[in-house]
Amino acid sequence: MLILTCPNCGQTGEETEFHAGGEAHLKRFGPGSSDGDFEEYLFMRENPKGVHFERWRHVYGCGKWFHAARCTTTLEVFGTYSAQVTEPPKEICDKISKKRPDWSWRAFS
Amino acid sequence: MSNAVSALNGVTWAQGIATVTEVPLQGMITLRGQLTDAKVKKAAMSATSLEMPGHGQANCVDDRGICWMSPDELLVLCPYDAVSTNLKQMQGVLGDVHSLCVNVSDARAVFDLSGDNAREVLAKLVPVDLAPDQFTVGMFRRTRMAQVPAAFWLHDNDSFRIICFRSQAQYVFDLLTVASQRGSAVDVF
Repeated sequence: MLILTCPNCGQTGEETEFHAGGEAHLKRFGPGSSDGDFEEYLFMRENPKGVHFERWRHVYGCGKWFHAARCTTTLEVFGTYSAQVTEPPKEICDKISKKRPDWSWRAFS
Repeated sequence: MSNAVSALNGVTWAQGIATVTEVPLQGMITLRGQLTDAKVKKAAMSATSLEMPGHGQANCVDDRGICWMSPDELLVLCPYDAVSTNLKQMQGVLGDVHSLCVNVSDARAVFDLSGDNAREVLAKLVPVDLAPDQFTVGMFRRTRMAQVPAAFWLHDNDSFRIICFRSQAQYVFDLLTVASQRGSAVDVF
């Protein structure tokens, strides 16, 4: 079972209290972008075995969105952080590096 | 003037290991805004004459109270008849501060779950650690109750107050009565 702590209200709950919102840190390519970029933005998603970054919403609680860094195989949660960022904060990356020294995810490592 | 009634008209069920009662006509006002703002705090406190609760807490006395719903939302409890006066007063205190307060008394239902086994009955229904040393008086929790959203707090040592949407009142009542059927005690706490 996935146990997440919402960084907005500070409450810890199991995953049924939350709703998954898909991959985190996507960069939007809208009108005027190339077909390749647009396709990439719309359809191309990471499907890693290991470290992953996702958006979650505390749907039965405070209703706010946040980001979570977790492992897809062990369900270990490395940390949760604000939704108002475009890349994982340094302390989250450091925490992951301590446990999974050779991790990489998209442009981050 | 039409006669105001609550969702289940104050029904009580006491044939099991806990007593389930619908609390009739509880006045409720949703207040949204920057909770650190002095005017927002003052609006909530002036309507209830109670202190602001901390993060994830509720401060309730009888039918008055302030519940912390999220980083930008409070639920103000007051007597049903006092809602419109309180609402006007709160709007006066808030002035032009970016905020919202609205009467939600008839959009919600409130239940009281009491008895020695109340903690256990609720623990069957919500994914929250309700051990006596973990969930204490003053804490407020919004969560999922079987399939519907609900919020609850410990009103006093063995009585919980549960708030749900009015349209789901019958569902929540049925849940609570099934979970408190005679002979269903787990004796875990």
